[in-house]
Amino acid sequence: MAYPTNYRYTKEHEWVDAKDGMAKIGITDYAQSELGDVVFVELPAAGKKLETGKSFGTVESVKAVSEIYAPASGEVLEANGELQNKPETINSDPHGAAWLVKIKLANPAELDKLMDSAAYEAYIAAKGKEASA
Amino acid sequence: MESVTTPTTNSDATAERSSELRKTSLNALHRKLGARMVNFGGWDMPVEYPATGGLIAEHKAVRNSVGVFDVSHMGDIRIRTGKTPGGALAAVQHLSMNDASKLAVGQAQYSALLYPAGTFVDDVIVHRLGEDDFLFVINAGTREKDISWVRENTKGFDCLVEDLSDAYTQLAIQGPRAVDVLRKLTDANLDAIKNYWFTHGTVCGLPERLIARTGYTGEDGFEIYMPSDVVTSEKVWNLVMDAGKEFQIAPCGLGARNTLRLEAKMALYGHEISEKINVWEAGLERYCKMEKRDFIGRAALAKAAAARTERTLVGLEMLERGIARDEYKVFDAAGEEVGVVTSGSPSPTLGKNIALAYVPPALAALNTVLFVEVRTQRVKAQVVATPFYKRAKKSAPQAAGSN
Repeated sequence: MAYPTNYRYTKEHEWVDAKDGMAKIGITDYAQSELGDVVFVELPAAGKKLETGKSFGTVESVKAVSEIYAPASGEVLEANGELQNKPETINSDPHGAAWLVKIKLANPAELDKLMDSAAYEAYIAAKGKEASA
Repeated sequence: MESVTTPTTNSDATAERSSELRKTSLNALHRKLGARMVNFGGWDMPVEYPATGGLIAEHKAVRNSVGVFDVSHMGDIRIRTGKTPGGALAAVQHLSMNDASKLAVGQAQYSALLYPAGTFVDDVIVHRLGEDDFLFVINAGTREKDISWVRENTKGFDCLVEDLSDAYTQLAIQGPRAVDVLRKLTDANLDAIKNYWFTHGTVCGLPERLIARTGYTGEDGFEIYMPSDVVTSEKVWNLVMDAGKEFQIAPCGLGARNTLRLEAKMALYGHEISEKINVWEAGLERYCKMEKRDFIGRAALAKAAAARTERTLVGLEMLERGIARDEYKVFDAAGEEVGVVTSGSPSPTLGKNIALAYVPPALAALNTVLFVEVRTQRVKAQVVATPFYKRAKKSAPQAAGSN
């Protein structure tokens, strides 16, 4: 699956799609493939303040529990309610329909520290090599 | 995202890097199939095969049709008699809690090796290969411990103990169509093999292979024991996959193995049973024959039977949103911590979140409301009947008497 070039990425495999001080946050295709079939999502309510690097929710597969870390600080405007009934969307469309939350960025400049798609793809390619070594 | 995979075994002997992990003869094949591999008790094993559908599809394949598992990491110990007739049987009776004298040649039983305290060294399947010839199939993570335990505790008996763990590639073919798949590959009369019985026959052109109607899924199925060289192992795997094609056979990993056995309430070492849990607590009294005069652990179990049990294993179903996981704490309605989850997972068959947990007997009654601490929240659950899943009895031969 292609990694959108306009997104920014974290080492913990979240993506951020920012525009005009707002951002959508999700987990990457690599993250969903590592997790397997997603069966449960827990997300914060609107109004919740996210802090960079702090856990703000969980995504669970049959076998694993994953914490989701905020790639940037900000206030939650909306959580993706569709995912509660259809968590498997995270497997089928991780970079699109399966966004987790929309936030109002506290400091958009924070995103400059994150990886672009090329850097992220190189990062996960290196991880793959490490695992099969 | 940071993943915490639910631990699936006690991890004594866990090497850090995959290069240090032990591998079955099918390791390269699993990787070629795109399996996601995990460290399972020191073994590099497939947890699921995403390319062919992944865990939930594998689970459903076994419940509805057929799946195949590489379980070559399991250990095998053969105990044969020395010069004295009855030497091996006497040793097996001393070592294990079930009554092996009740086994006919060609029959197997669920049993366990116990410490003198009546707690678990491991659970085992005991196969009676001959009058005085037994095969124990043991867990992967406890192999070395079990083998030294067996050697140590059979010293006073006239028997030969052989570690055959590396001699077999063991495949579990499981599901209602398992019999149809295996029938295409063997000359053995499978219909004559009842649940927890076995035979020897030609499988995939290889003569005298052990074929047992056993498994760890709560479904009908077979386990076959093949030579462990890579060429033969891959050939057999591929023949099984070809034979199963018309039934949409799925290669299955340890993930589905765990959800299948949990639904069927089969114990997993390091979870429901361990060196800290005794037979009564685990609810395995059916397989523990106190009428046998002597076996390791018997005296302590006799004493424990007279005393009050402090905890007992119950099934839980989550009533509110949240998945109970291994080692999560259990609370009563008053907010007192009363127990712990030993295994918890979504149940692909039931579409519910289920768990096994140890709680005081006073809280073990059906429909008792309990709470499982899931991260920061206490999520409502209730005690339900187990096993969570039981296959419908069909024309397929069932166990006669004890297993």
